[in-house]
Amino acid sequence: MISIISFQFFQNALIAGLLASVTCGIIGTYVVVKKMVALSGGISHAAFGGIGLGYYAGIDPILGAIVFSLASALGMGMISLHARQHLDTLIGAIWAIGMAIGILFISLTPGYAPDLFSFLFGNILLVPIGDLLVMTVLAVLIVVVVIACYQVFLAVTFDEEYAMVLNIPVEIIYLLLLSLVALTVVMLIRIVGIILVIALLTLPAAISREYSSRLRNMMVLSVVVGILVTTSGIFLSYFLDVPSGATIILIAAALYGLVLLERAFRKNNNRVSARNT
Amino acid sequence: MTEAIVLDHVYAEIAGQNVLEDISLVVNEREFYAIIGPNGGGKTTLIKLMLGLIQPEKGTVKVFGGRPSENRMMLGYVPQFHTFDFHYPITLDEMVISGRLGNKNRIFTRYTKEDKVITEEVLQTLGISDLSGREISALSGGERQRAIIARALVSEPRALLLDEPTVYVDAPTEQQFYNILNSLKEKMAVVLVTHDIGVVSDHATKVGCLNRRLYTHDSGEITDDMLTSAYQCPVELIAHGVPHRVLRTHEEERHP
Repeated sequence: MISIISFQFFQNALIAGLLASVTCGIIGTYVVVKKMVALSGGISHAAFGGIGLGYYAGIDPILGAIVFSLASALGMGMISLHARQHLDTLIGAIWAIGMAIGILFISLTPGYAPDLFSFLFGNILLVPIGDLLVMTVLAVLIVVVVIACYQVFLAVTFDEEYAMVLNIPVEIIYLLLLSLVALTVVMLIRIVGIILVIALLTLPAAISREYSSRLRNMMVLSVVVGILVTTSGIFLSYFLDVPSGATIILIAAALYGLVLLERAFRKNNNRVSARNT
Repeated sequence: MTEAIVLDHVYAEIAGQNVLEDISLVVNEREFYAIIGPNGGGKTTLIKLMLGLIQPEKGTVKVFGGRPSENRMMLGYVPQFHTFDFHYPITLDEMVISGRLGNKNRIFTRYTKEDKVITEEVLQTLGISDLSGREISALSGGERQRAIIARALVSEPRALLLDEPTVYVDAPTEQQFYNILNSLKEKMAVVLVTHDIGVVSDHATKVGCLNRRLYTHDSGEITDDMLTSAYQCPVELIAHGVPHRVLRTHEEERHP
């Protein structure tokens, strides 16, 4: 056990898990309370287009993913602000278009795309040191912006219309928040892959929602749950020799299932004790 | 008396449909203007025009002499209950104090002692200060309604706009609620829109009936004519708990 921790790749994996947990705990909280889960799914699948383009153009696929996810987030955000009823359809379209662009570019790229599989399903045990640096920068950026804009984000996500009456620039704030979601999605792609991103973004936050009455507390608890889930997932996947992304998600899902059971039990108990008194 | 809100021959459309036609009205300071009308009669649109959330097709809207978007900081807004997401993780005091965000820094916002003192005062006035740390999802309908009003009041508005504020309020709370509005009338203009004829109290200084057009009567009375025009059919005015003053009929005029 101790011996693995001394390996560089394993340390990198743990650090990557920690960084991802911090951002997905904070941003995932907004995603859950503002019901932006489908939107986040659209953003992450759109990122695949950027990864394909990265392969084709010979640049770092992560850079392509950043550009594509930011562009899709801002595009969907802008359209949703002005034609809200079409958002659902729009998300579906962006979702598929992103994947299609990615597949097209990869097929046009000569040779074999070596870590394509890890972009789709994630592999935290293979996170290169360069990505770790990018992740650190993104994590710091996200945390600073959220601390700076906490009250304004709270006002806009709780009651957009009232925020407008308070002369808060709602559109800019909403697009800023969506940009943070896009950057978080890019960070998480390395850990769990495009397809599983939504789960890591939502499960820790959904678990914490059950035990917090304030947004701030929900964020902190989400981060803790995220660290717990990713760290145990990394260890378990290494020892069982199974894919890390899937392991992390299944641990989170199991924990969420337990929380729901506990809640149902608690409610039932309350009802019984209410009847007895 | 200062004119708080003035609408001058205002027309408004929503999705290409005429919702309001030729609305002219003046709300003075220290006046309680009650507007009743059927659902879909344009009541919410009227409030949103005053807040600058919707632009008129024709005509002008003035709030304290300026454009609504410039001067809406002087307005307190009580939106309809059903527009709220009460599952949002926010406590009562957090929700109420957010009404003071208007005059603050947009980044690294900090609430001052003054913000907190005013919030506490308003919570006490509305009788919900002992619930201040409670999550809004754990509040009753009446408590939530008062929370929404409290949020509008902490910004110390010069005019208060209320959209269907009594839907989830039971009868005793309703009386309390009108007492509160009556005391607020001393300090600010109050505009209340509702579909429920029964709730327009005798505290109103002006009453109007709205169904795309506005039918008014300068005293605080609802007349038969106004109601018939607004509802497009004779409305029974045997409402429970409505002060008789509001119920004067115009039978003699109709049968001379």
